[in-house]
Amino acid sequence: MMARKVLALNGDEAAAYAVKQCKPDVIAAYPITPQTIIVERLSDFVADGELDAEFIAVESEHSAMSACIGASAMGARAYTATASQGLALMYEMLFVASSFRLPIVMSVANRALNSPLNIWNDMSDTMGARDCGWIQIYNENSQEVYDFTIQAFRIAEDHRVLLPVMVCHDGFVVSHSTEGVEVLSDGEVDSFLPPRDPVYPLDVEKPVTIGCVGVPEYYPEIKYQQEVATKKSIETIKEILREFNESFGRSYGIVEEYRTDGAEVALLTIGSISGTAKEAVDEMRAEGKPVGLLKLRLFRPFPIEALRKSLSGLKVVGVVDRHISFGSCMGGALNMEVRAALYEMKDRPHVMGFPTGLGGRDIRVEHFLKIIDELLMIAEQDALEEEYKVVGCRGPGCIGP
Amino acid sequence: METWEEVTFAGYILEPGNAESYKTGDWRSRQKPVINQEKCTFCLLCWIYCPDGAIIRKEGEVEIDYYHCKGCGICAYECPSGAIRMRSEMEGE
Amino acid sequence: MALKSLPLHEYLSSGHRLCAGCGEGVTIRQILKAFDEPPIICNATSCLEVSTTPFPYTAWRTPWIHPAFECTGAVVAGVEAAQKALIRKGRKKKWDVVLALAGDGGTHDIGLQALSGALERGHKFVYVCYTNDAYMNTGIQRSGATPKAAWTTTSPAGKVIPGKTEWQKDLMKIVVAHDIPYAATASPSYPMDLQRKMKKATQADGPAFILALAPCPRGWRTPPHLTIELGRLAVQTCMFPLYEVEKGQYRITMKPKRKLPVEYYLRPQGRFRHLFTPKTRHDIINDIQAYVDKKWQELQRMEQLTQP
Repeated sequence: MMARKVLALNGDEAAAYAVKQCKPDVIAAYPITPQTIIVERLSDFVADGELDAEFIAVESEHSAMSACIGASAMGARAYTATASQGLALMYEMLFVASSFRLPIVMSVANRALNSPLNIWNDMSDTMGARDCGWIQIYNENSQEVYDFTIQAFRIAEDHRVLLPVMVCHDGFVVSHSTEGVEVLSDGEVDSFLPPRDPVYPLDVEKPVTIGCVGVPEYYPEIKYQQEVATKKSIETIKEILREFNESFGRSYGIVEEYRTDGAEVALLTIGSISGTAKEAVDEMRAEGKPVGLLKLRLFRPFPIEALRKSLSGLKVVGVVDRHISFGSCMGGALNMEVRAALYEMKDRPHVMGFPTGLGGRDIRVEHFLKIIDELLMIAEQDALEEEYKVVGCRGPGCIGP
Repeated sequence: METWEEVTFAGYILEPGNAESYKTGDWRSRQKPVINQEKCTFCLLCWIYCPDGAIIRKEGEVEIDYYHCKGCGICAYECPSGAIRMRSEMEGE
Repeated sequence: MALKSLPLHEYLSSGHRLCAGCGEGVTIRQILKAFDEPPIICNATSCLEVSTTPFPYTAWRTPWIHPAFECTGAVVAGVEAAQKALIRKGRKKKWDVVLALAGDGGTHDIGLQALSGALERGHKFVYVCYTNDAYMNTGIQRSGATPKAAWTTTSPAGKVIPGKTEWQKDLMKIVVAHDIPYAATASPSYPMDLQRKMKKATQADGPAFILALAPCPRGWRTPPHLTIELGRLAVQTCMFPLYEVEKGQYRITMKPKRKLPVEYYLRPQGRFRHLFTPKTRHDIINDIQAYVDKKWQELQRMEQLTQP
């Protein structure tokens, strides 16, 4: 095989490049930092005739998702991108897209939510949208953004799935950081991603009513059907991931383990922060500490079996959230979910949460070293004093800057 | 009734216009429209003004679809030739 | 007779659950008579949407989608864009008319932004707002389309405040300000006028907008048989004049032979009952009359002003 092209792309550009190769029919999007580069690049591709798509420059994110719903219901391949406030504005329509089982793909450049206004990175936006019925994939770098954007269309449109997919990457840290990205040829993408085959498109020849009134006599059946489809999609996602890995020489998983052999404590991370955390693990390993790391790729559907497998045998897990779930019992959604997943497991590890890097606060290796110290102490004492502790915040109760 | 496996995909409704089988004629409480065919001029105003499509347009004449007619009385009120009158439900059709 | 030329098809089937005498039922049936082939319909949340699609029944014989309340303008934009792309790429054979249906709540109020965006971007679609002057689906709450002095459950005729205190939003002016190829008001009481306008709307080269008054017996507190009569009185009193704006040119399509006093329109309606009992509120009625006269004159001036 010929060596593949390596392009210097930031996360947003990687998403746009992948989307171009996936040949969407309709793109409806609204500018919002730090996602804007994606829609700018896609506009360029359309304007230069490199991408044959209708680009609808809508007047809001609510309309972006609504237009994608209309386009996708017609049988078109529809794409949008957003972040933060934009995703929050879309919230209502996110449920509609997934309930209609429309395979819309959306990139999210994760950004904190107002107020105070903050354009920098955390995951308040997508974590807040975790129960909207979308598949959520989180990426660490531009290469992953590229690879998983292509897979997202394939997953979404698979007839065993038919669900919308959010492809998330961290704002600025990934969206605006340029890296070498090994891109597939157009032919490779074409062979991996066949044209969309819509199931019940809006069609004058076969009129369908989409978006009926779900009376109580039917609503639970319609919703449970959706829940089963969402839960079952994990098998198809794994299958597609395997095919992608084998076809293009990658080695992704839905939960990825890093130096977990012989580990007694582990960090559980999501997104770009995993890179920094891995450095801390390396340092600790160099000192002979039994430390490893698990990177969660898929948050919805939650990979409960894979996670239980990866976490079994550990004494302590430190779950690194990128947001605060205000007033919840565990600080962040990821921590809640992990603890809930482990509850019925025999010999489960202690689980402590570390909401980290809020609103773009820089989190460095030394923060992770402090977290790991906490984890090792819990392992030694075999007891947990606190469910969670915020990292990267001045003042009592937090692990400081 | 259907289980979650049997209910249509995502609650889509795949039989266009199947509401036609739903009876709304029993919404009429007191009165129903009756057409005097001799007076009817086939102007079709009743047909175009009916909210329920309950005036059946046939070759040269109109008929009331009592399965769907809700008894609003628009047809009788609007009929320019007095061919439609609201009659008690008790009277024969 | 022209009515005989209208097609027999019923793209909205019987067995829907709109109220007896519902103006929306008449309006939508008439709107759909303007089509020789079914359009693709995007419906906003409304009485119409709720009454026509309680699962597992649908009254629609057209492709039909209802995602939410405020997004109809955006949904039609997506449908239209998809259609363009799919035809261009050879995955769809022919162009189908894209028809947006929304009530006054979904248009004047919560849906105004999406509508404005879609009009500005110039998508090719027909948007029909069937207004019944309030949020009837949730139980008669005031909207931007509610006329002044009308009782609703959120603009009650109280001991101090006599119904809605503000004038109805002039949506047509807002729509026309987008310089779209075609905009018109219509009434099911004037079926052939409505047909002509719908034909023009479907043939327009870009967005077309129809504002149709759909009297609501339940919300207007009127007997169901008066629905068409009230539509007529709305036109004859000039409370709801029938006109069109074609490429910026105004044309009044129904000039009352004798312009009736607004009282003729107000008095039969329970929602204006407080204007006539326990004592007649001449002050308010005169106020409404003066406003209607002013708007009517303004419309006539626009017609003159925009003569070619």
